[in-house]
Amino acid sequence: MSRAGGTWVGARVPRNEDARLLTGRAQFVEDVEPPGALHAAFVRSDLPAGRLRGLDVERARAHPGVHAVFTAADLGPLLRPGAVLVPPPPLEGLVFHARTALPLVRERIRHQGEALAMIVADSRYVAEDAAQLVEADIEPLDPVVDLGRALDEDAPRIHDDLPSNLAAYVRQAKGDYAAARARADLVLERRFSYDRGIGGAIENRAVVAEWDARADRLQVWDTTQAPIPVRNVVAAALGLSESQVRFIAPFVGGGFGPKIMFYAEEILVPWASIRLGRPVKWVEDRYENFFATTQERGQLHEAEISVTREGRILGVRDIFIHDSGAYDPYGLTIPINTQCTLLGPYRVPNYESEFRVAFTNKPIVTPVRGAGRQHGVFIMERLLDLAARGLGLDPVEIRRRNVIGSDEFPYNHEIMYQDFAPLRYDSGSYEESLEEAVRLVGHETFPRERERAQPDGRVVGVGVVNYVEGTGIGPYEGARITVEPGGTVRLATGVGTQGQGHFTSFAQIVADAIGVQPSDVRVVTGDTSDFHWGTGTFASRGAVVAGNAIHAAAQSVREKILRHAAKALEVDPEDLELADGAARVRGAPDLSVDLGALALSANPLRGAVEPGTEPGLEATSYFGPPYGTTANGTHAVVVAVDPETAMVEILRYIVVHDCGTVINPTIVEGQIHGGVAAGIGNAFYEELVFDEFGGTSNASFMDYLLPTSTDVPPIETAHLETPSTLNPLGTKGVGEGGAIPVAAAFAQAVEDALADIAPGLEILDIPLSPGRLFELLRGAS
Amino acid sequence: MRISARINGSAWSGDVEPRLLLSDFLRSEVGLTGTHVGCEHGVCGACTVQLDGEPVRACLMFAVQIEGHEVTTVEGLAAAAPGEAVSVERLHPVQRALHEAHGLQCGFCTPGILMTAEAFLRENPAPSREEIREAVSGHLCRCTGYHNIVEGVALAAERLAADGPGADRDGDR
Amino acid sequence: MKPPPFEYVAAASLDGALEALAEPSLETRALAGGQSLVPMLNFRLAAPERLVDLNGIEELARVEETESGGLRLGAMVRHLRLERDPLIARRAPLLAEAAPFIAHPQIRSRGTVGGSVAHADPAAELPAVLLTLGARVRIARRSRGGESGSRVERTLDLEDFFLGPFFSALEPDELLTAIEVPPSAPGEGTAFDEVARRRGDYALAGVAARVRLDSRGVCDEAAISLVNGGATPCLMREAARTLVGAEPTPEAVGATAAACAETCEPAADMHANEAYRRHLVRTLTARVVSRAAGRART
Repeated sequence: MSRAGGTWVGARVPRNEDARLLTGRAQFVEDVEPPGALHAAFVRSDLPAGRLRGLDVERARAHPGVHAVFTAADLGPLLRPGAVLVPPPPLEGLVFHARTALPLVRERIRHQGEALAMIVADSRYVAEDAAQLVEADIEPLDPVVDLGRALDEDAPRIHDDLPSNLAAYVRQAKGDYAAARARADLVLERRFSYDRGIGGAIENRAVVAEWDARADRLQVWDTTQAPIPVRNVVAAALGLSESQVRFIAPFVGGGFGPKIMFYAEEILVPWASIRLGRPVKWVEDRYENFFATTQERGQLHEAEISVTREGRILGVRDIFIHDSGAYDPYGLTIPINTQCTLLGPYRVPNYESEFRVAFTNKPIVTPVRGAGRQHGVFIMERLLDLAARGLGLDPVEIRRRNVIGSDEFPYNHEIMYQDFAPLRYDSGSYEESLEEAVRLVGHETFPRERERAQPDGRVVGVGVVNYVEGTGIGPYEGARITVEPGGTVRLATGVGTQGQGHFTSFAQIVADAIGVQPSDVRVVTGDTSDFHWGTGTFASRGAVVAGNAIHAAAQSVREKILRHAAKALEVDPEDLELADGAARVRGAPDLSVDLGALALSANPLRGAVEPGTEPGLEATSYFGPPYGTTANGTHAVVVAVDPETAMVEILRYIVVHDCGTVINPTIVEGQIHGGVAAGIGNAFYEELVFDEFGGTSNASFMDYLLPTSTDVPPIETAHLETPSTLNPLGTKGVGEGGAIPVAAAFAQAVEDALADIAPGLEILDIPLSPGRLFELLRGAS
Repeated sequence: MRISARINGSAWSGDVEPRLLLSDFLRSEVGLTGTHVGCEHGVCGACTVQLDGEPVRACLMFAVQIEGHEVTTVEGLAAAAPGEAVSVERLHPVQRALHEAHGLQCGFCTPGILMTAEAFLRENPAPSREEIREAVSGHLCRCTGYHNIVEGVALAAERLAADGPGADRDGDR
Repeated sequence: MKPPPFEYVAAASLDGALEALAEPSLETRALAGGQSLVPMLNFRLAAPERLVDLNGIEELARVEETESGGLRLGAMVRHLRLERDPLIARRAPLLAEAAPFIAHPQIRSRGTVGGSVAHADPAAELPAVLLTLGARVRIARRSRGGESGSRVERTLDLEDFFLGPFFSALEPDELLTAIEVPPSAPGEGTAFDEVARRRGDYALAGVAARVRLDSRGVCDEAAISLVNGGATPCLMREAARTLVGAEPTPEAVGATAAACAETCEPAADMHANEAYRRHLVRTLTARVVSRAAGRART
């Protein structure tokens, strides 16, 4: 395959990584089993709140095949609270109480699934047998389950040393909302809720550790999105040098956020391997995953919007409570995302937003695809829908009147974003994306279509909503590119990969710079022995931050190639072009030299490397953006609602998006498809149900409903490309955009469908299960 | 307990503990780690393999139950022998179609989907998109949104009808 | 999520299975398709000491026509066969219609009719469908001390088989060996439908109906059963009777549906509260009975 002009960025290159994945030969952590490996299982608390009075592990220790049972008492200096991974931004008036968990419970149990003991045995089967023999004496405490009451004065306290369950308080504002409200023609205020869900990677977490006492080295395979930071934390905790510890995140079976977290198992499994002198393997099972892996998104909002008669936004006020679960190791990323993303692509001259973060006796909340942005979008888009209804305006029209114009960039919202930088939009296409979505869904003709009776008694509605996605935040990523003597190009970068197609899109960037095929570029991600600077794969930043680091490194290698080739061919570097794996003289393609040969000569075994130069065709570069780049888009959805059964079917789903320069449209579309599916799950199917005692009632895939192929419609996509002004490639992130506005689009469409049957019906709570819609319909009739 | 079975066309015999799940057996005893484990309660479909040609959940069977039967895993689909380098050219038509349609991202659920799709296309060589959606609905995928999986299976059906053994069965429909 | 240890017996014959099950000192359990039992083992919600695997017993896997023209389905007949077997499609089209609603192909390729009935899950499709068809179950056990012969068998109306949620009339040493479906009568139509959150999920509610019309188009027999309409798979005798003697007009069918919704006793759970389930029962009953009546007319 060859492309004219040598431009791979922008091409639909099939993925380099597929053949291994499709034949079952790609290595996932669970596939790693060093000889002599022992298997770990954890004894976890069934109760969400309690005091551990005693733990009898003697029967478990004596069970045949058990090698060790560890409790908090065995951990020594490891028994200290985990790190706060993301500190809160320096905001005026900020309150933030950092509370993180111990690796194993010493006394206080704060959520279901907290680990009480670790069992290491010959097999996972035996380890689970032994786990049943552990007897825990737990004094149950009153759990804090209901978010709406978590901050009540008489609520049981989750962290005794704090005066209440308040974990944080943040207020951000611009303009003067009260004044804006006073001159508004219409003020609407509503309460909204947006409930919890799981990340839902099909691969659960896993850690395999092998301590090699003779080599004095620790090797760990881990399903992490952040191998380098995790390696550094583990090395420090175990008193090892970072260079003694190698973390490998091989193929990872989906990340979606929770695998960015740092978990106790990531220390305990390596620690056990050192202690026992044997490799130790732990694979989380699906049941554990519902408690031991982090979750996202319980929020309660009280929001209001003030608009003029013409539908112009004068201001928005939003006060919300965010459920952090039992601890808050990820700081304030999610609620700040909510607070900032609420403003969306709109001019909001006056904004007042404050949130309280509450501790509850539920599993820990950290970012999951969207990371709180969907909440903000849901609130804003719903407020606009209600305002439009109140003013007799079309929902599309009210959006047209408020979106930021293409001539208004960079646009400053005058509040602070999660990356500690001001919330500024670098570029965007808000008007164009809205109009394109309207055109694709046929919105102008839609009301007439709706009047046409459906033969099966169902009613049809349409929803069109906008979103922005803050992506590609810093601090930095790096990349090292090496041309090997065989002509293969090796690219190593610090981010991990969980299916985003990095082996291909990163290769495309390199291929463009040095004139090779993407399939000639061997990409290594997530192995600290290959690259040990970087933060990880999160916040839709891989293609932006790592992508531009790769671009920079590729340009440096290009220059080295040209310099060496000019010397070898005795021509001026300006007369050379790089193509088909060789440097050749423009207009005289017979005068050429292979990259492999150049690589060999650049690393001679005898002779001298010129002073002031480096051996080899290799370069390492880093990229750190000044602040995050903002992607945008519009979703349009058509639904059919059966008013008799309250079942909703999505007939069409359209995504118009703008993530700047598209490296690989096929991969970008894949990201969007997956994001939309996750959004559909959040909007309609997925809900964690907690009983009155704080236990999760649906900790299985039978009762926690991930959408499947019959629930997700075909998805139509259209790309707009407004390059970012913040990086040389012009890329913006796209990993989460698909998921962010789905609930808002869905709610507008369902209300539209039911406009004649239940004119006053308002959808203010997500997820909207059919049971909930049934109750709404009953209430409206 | 001693069992004998055929796995990907080769005879296998040995001792296994009765409670060993077929999924764990394939991965740890036979070394076929392409069969993935996602839920161990029969919902996610990642561990789907074929038992005598029919897709089954390997996490809901015990290894002892394959006595006298034939098991096919994802490793048995492509022509490449173990140790041979994998290349797109050697893929089974269903694998190749998923590659071309970008029907996989993290690839964790993919082996199970392949085993279902291969059996489904034998049974129904010219399916509609809707039939494909139903056929793969017993698999959870969090990455792709299913869109390109459905397109991939449709593409595989076309390919198989054009040049595969399914061509002659096409007339039946 | 690994199963606890157990002793495993691969039964080669029905008598072998009955003998292995009838071990008084052990908690024994039959392993049919395993699609409900193995998840329970993996979650360690069940821990039988001995599993008796029925998958090798050829005589339990047969589909036969009975002398009266009905069907006898061996306990180990798999769901997939209900979809594919032309004899079943001819004799009991309701079974073929409902089978695709049971989970997914990978489950149906293993799951069995006997296992599904013996599990006595009020949320399962097959028990309701078989109740509508007036099925009977064949049950066998090894002779206990003092009884003559090697095997004791009994037959029960399916309606008498279900005693509570996941609780049936089976004794610990008994095995459900076959299900007998009576022949369908001329003028009969059947239908099935359900509302589930996702394709293949247990239904929020489901309805199976059988309607027989006489030559004038008046209903002279009707049977309606509910999925997830009560503590057991339930036959709605009283409600069905409201249709008998009437033409199945929309009004008559609506009245029957209302009676069904009123008299059913659905449980509330996280997926649907009681009111919603009743409402679904009413909606589905109206739809399914109309469809069955339509089929009876042709």
